[in-house]
Amino acid sequence: MSVSAMLLVFIKTILVVSVFLIHVMYVQYFERKVIGHMQSRMGPMRVGWHGLLQPIADSIKLFFKEDIIPSAADRPIFYIAPIIGVIAGVSSVAVIPLWENFSIANLNVGILYILALSSIASYSVILGGWASNSKYSFLGGLRSSAQVISYEIAMGLSLVGVMMMAGSANLNDIVKAQANGWFIVPQIIAFVVFFISALAETNRVPFDLPEAETELVSGFATEYSGMRWALFFMAEYAGMFVMSGLAATCFLGGWSGPQIPFMGTMSGLIWFLMKLYMFIFIYFWIRATLPRYRYDQLMGLGWKIFIPLALLNIVITGLVKIL
Amino acid sequence: MTLPQLFFLYFAVSMTGLSLLVVTRRNPVHSVLWMLVLFLHIAALYLFLNAEFLAAIQIIVYAGAILVLFLFVIMLLNLRREETERMFQDQWPVGAGIGVVLAVFFVVIVGKIAVLAPLGEYSIDAVQAEGHIMSIGKVLYTKFLLPFEIASLILLVAIIGAVVLAKKRI
Repeated sequence: MSVSAMLLVFIKTILVVSVFLIHVMYVQYFERKVIGHMQSRMGPMRVGWHGLLQPIADSIKLFFKEDIIPSAADRPIFYIAPIIGVIAGVSSVAVIPLWENFSIANLNVGILYILALSSIASYSVILGGWASNSKYSFLGGLRSSAQVISYEIAMGLSLVGVMMMAGSANLNDIVKAQANGWFIVPQIIAFVVFFISALAETNRVPFDLPEAETELVSGFATEYSGMRWALFFMAEYAGMFVMSGLAATCFLGGWSGPQIPFMGTMSGLIWFLMKLYMFIFIYFWIRATLPRYRYDQLMGLGWKIFIPLALLNIVITGLVKIL
Repeated sequence: MTLPQLFFLYFAVSMTGLSLLVVTRRNPVHSVLWMLVLFLHIAALYLFLNAEFLAAIQIIVYAGAILVLFLFVIMLLNLRREETERMFQDQWPVGAGIGVVLAVFFVVIVGKIAVLAPLGEYSIDAVQAEGHIMSIGKVLYTKFLLPFEIASLILLVAIIGAVVLAKKRI
């Protein structure tokens, strides 16, 4: 790799990461507006026109808040836990193809890379819960570890069907393999299993048991304040973006779509973002609609329904491929 | 020293250091975390050997599943007692002595080996042309089918054993 090629990768990385972080910051405005209107409220209205500056005000507030650390906390782990989550979330973006032939790293094992990083991200919640030395945080951490292990299996297995149809684990190849039809039609079982497992993997409603505020105050994040809490928040939203991007890439054809006039290659990016934000909207829609699951229901759903369904999907896909 | 050798030196030295940290920490949760860092280093070493698939699987299976289960069990233990008790049994000098002898033995043997195994058909270029997952899958389901099936049978026995132990009345 020459110096200029490395420089190019470096510039690409900085650009994508900063744009991504702006999206992560503003998606919470989008969330509050969507949920607000679904509940016949206005959402944020005060800061700027229709509350458009609200995320910036929130960031400044969080940044200057006092950073409180419990006296009995395990300090090094308490410090490092939120950072693990953010790093895992942001570095997952590297392999997602944003438009034709553009992803920071064109890895042959792209899907596995994202799965690996999402399992690393779960450490952030588990360790944050343990290091706080508080019973609510600890229960949140324990719940998260059990939940993530269970749903990771279902999610990985559901993507096997996609990999079998595309004949590759490279996300660029998977998009190209969908030129004759999106995988959501033949892989509808895998899509349903994947999407619901992704909800559980990112700790979103109705599977947000690790932070269940009615029983655990705020779960694993109870003892965190200020910027460290904001990092947990960012990690959760970054995870949501990554899972939505993966769903759009694997099941809805990623950047592919009819050419939008005057946009050139950017038309791919617009299609990709439209698909991605559709999934994000569904996340918020579910949050505004569904109540939280009970813990044993969550485990039963994962092990007794989703894993067998995903295995069945692999068998069917294999049979269809042979015949 | 070339760049690959420098990389290898870093990984070899830090993996040894991390293994020592794993066995000497007083707090079991810290041990598990050093083990996590160790697993990430092993994955990097696989990448270094052009084995992307193995690197990803190393992180998904070991770091993502097995170690989380370790952590799950250790977090349920009563750590306060664990931290005040003595760490090692009285026999530890004997163990350390045997370890040193084995290490010297190992270094001598490795120094004596001059003949490398002949190169197989799966060179780096061949694997890259075919794809990692496909080449591993092909070898696993044709040449090494029997060992693969035996391994899965052993795992199945372990699963059934765990179910029998956990549920007395099925």
